[in-house]
Amino acid sequence: MILNCKGLTYTEINKSIRKAIEDGEKELVMNNINGQGYLFAGVKNSIRAIINGVPGNDLGGMMDGPNIFVNSNIQDCVGNTMNNGKIVVHGDAGDILGYAMRGGKIFVKGKVGYRCGIHMKAFEEKIPVIVIGEEAGDFLGEYMASGIIVVLCKNKNKLDSNYIGVGMHGGAIYIRGEVDEYNLGKGVSVSPLDEWDMNFLTNVLNEYSSDMNSKEKYDLNSFVKLSPLNSRPFQRLYSY
Amino acid sequence: MSSVIPEFIVDKNEDRCIKCKVCVRQCSEEVFKYFEEFDLIRIYNDKCVGCHRCEMMCPTDALTITKNNALYKENFHWSSYTINSIKKQAETGGMILTGSGNDKAYVSYWDRMLLDASQVTNPPIDPLREPMELRTYLGKKPDRITLKEENGEVSLETKLSPQIKLETPIMFSAMSYGSISLNACESLASAASKLGTFYNTGEGGLHKKLYKYGKNTIGQIASGRFGVDTDYLDTCAAIEIKIGQGAKPGIGGHLPGEKVTVEISETRMIPSGTDAISPAPHHDIYSIEDLKQLISLIKEATNYEKPVFVKIAAVHNSAAIASGIVRAGADVIVIDGFRGGTGAAPSVIRDNTGIPIEVALAVIDQRLRDESIRNEVSIVAAGGIRSSADAVKAMALGADAVYIATAALIAMGCTLCQKCYKGKCNWGLTTQDPVLTRRLNPELGSQRLTNLVNSWNLEIKEILGSMGINAIEALRGNRLRLRGVGLTELESKILGIEHAGM
Repeated sequence: MILNCKGLTYTEINKSIRKAIEDGEKELVMNNINGQGYLFAGVKNSIRAIINGVPGNDLGGMMDGPNIFVNSNIQDCVGNTMNNGKIVVHGDAGDILGYAMRGGKIFVKGKVGYRCGIHMKAFEEKIPVIVIGEEAGDFLGEYMASGIIVVLCKNKNKLDSNYIGVGMHGGAIYIRGEVDEYNLGKGVSVSPLDEWDMNFLTNVLNEYSSDMNSKEKYDLNSFVKLSPLNSRPFQRLYSY
Repeated sequence: MSSVIPEFIVDKNEDRCIKCKVCVRQCSEEVFKYFEEFDLIRIYNDKCVGCHRCEMMCPTDALTITKNNALYKENFHWSSYTINSIKKQAETGGMILTGSGNDKAYVSYWDRMLLDASQVTNPPIDPLREPMELRTYLGKKPDRITLKEENGEVSLETKLSPQIKLETPIMFSAMSYGSISLNACESLASAASKLGTFYNTGEGGLHKKLYKYGKNTIGQIASGRFGVDTDYLDTCAAIEIKIGQGAKPGIGGHLPGEKVTVEISETRMIPSGTDAISPAPHHDIYSIEDLKQLISLIKEATNYEKPVFVKIAAVHNSAAIASGIVRAGADVIVIDGFRGGTGAAPSVIRDNTGIPIEVALAVIDQRLRDESIRNEVSIVAAGGIRSSADAVKAMALGADAVYIATAALIAMGCTLCQKCYKGKCNWGLTTQDPVLTRRLNPELGSQRLTNLVNSWNLEIKEILGSMGINAIEALRGNRLRLRGVGLTELESKILGIEHAGM
């Protein structure tokens, strides 16, 4: 189904999305999107959507299942508290991408802004994944409780933003290339990849390349893994 | 060895003691230890937190807990609490933690306000004979309403914003599953459902067992987003964004890993055993515009069917913030005063931060009236409401409803020992230890909460009757029915009430 979103408000578009789902539509092509926010907010369905135009803030907020392909940049707070589904971005992303997401995947072709993947969570088999093609802004993975972030640093082979993983107490950040210790947040350790990491990355990167229509292969030996030193960062702050 | 002198003395009357060892089993702090070889119960005063559980459970009344009056030499400036705190900090290098609400001797304005009553020129109403309306609707009210008439039937043409209906203006404030036990959560949920009012999940998600109380549930969303998914949004009747908490303004929540049991990790949707951290800053909210964005997201995600609350701690510039919150599109503002409770907070914050709810409420209500936006939002006052009188005074100052939590815990057995952060609550409230949580029967807890609120309802009706009004609506924001005693001119002005005699 093709949805012409020209001049529509976000509420009108979301209503059309819900209506399309009710009508049993499996795929939506949304044309002329121009800054409307909150698209797919709280939508619980595995509908596939292609967005042409730049969607506004909070795309896919609290959503549970949709697979969204955006043929442009995206703005801030995309994938806020998302529970499941996928957002593929053929461009750059703004700040706070994937705030507290606890399932699903976000793939970004270009770079992302500040505080990407903060508060990411996971429970049992449900592990959220963010893959970033180029670099990420400061405070990447802040307060991360679980989940996985991959930064491919395509143009630089180095991630030199600050406070990476500060306050993280679970999960992992994989970085292709180098990262200097002074760029890391307190309590973050650097280690080589183990077998589980290699398998996981192989699968995720294959899926990423396929979604990005790219044939690029990545040398897994060029990655480092960041993980928290402790799952209890605030254990010793208090008296009795 | 600890250099801290015990705060309490546990006295056991040996003539009465039958060595049944109930005290040994009941005290989770391990104050009592039984030595079989000597047939002796040894008492460790230094472990006693003064909760009085043993005293109440002892079948022969052999136990008495007393305050250690000889704790340190009496000193007006250096209290025993201060001296013990310094000693603990010198030992550990850590912050002093505490639980529940601010216990310091700051002024309580509730105690400096008196209610009006009708005499001669306007008749009181007997609430036992005449109907009294306590029903309350929370949510945005329209500027005006238009009616339409069709075939002689009149109906409302204005589309109302979503409202929640309360049979009493008293709700149970946010306490998460994690900070309190599941039995305590269920007691609150079931009582709210029986009373036709609401309880609040805190930032702890919604346990599967509690989904059936969804119609009476306010679901909280805070910076950690614990347990927030589409089922949660769909099930809760209203959603509350927590910005701050009266007991610890500007301080976040932090459930220590040892409290994150398998069930809690499932409810919060996080790995078990890790710290559950919900920091004070929401990094997606740095401004009123950003707050508007989260409110809009929640409204879009819930199809504009549920009122959105925003909860803030009462701080110096609350009135300006409240105005912003209204303009950001919130349906209800919750203001939590500095007496509000907490499961755990650094004592330095709890005891020194925030402002009294009475003051915050008065200035916020006035500010919103001055800006002609008071109808766009309901106000819920929280933080240290101790009685129906406090609740009535809050409503006269401008609150639409009040939240209670400490009072609710007391109803379920709490004795305010303030050790909630230890996770060893002897009453089965602020603990996850299965041996202890069994001590609270949710049916009994629910009954006690229902009794408490029902008795407050009766009292509120008596008060309304004495004032000659028959609906709580007529008291809301009616400061003419309040008078101050012992207030300075400035205090009276801020509270917007006349002094007694005026």
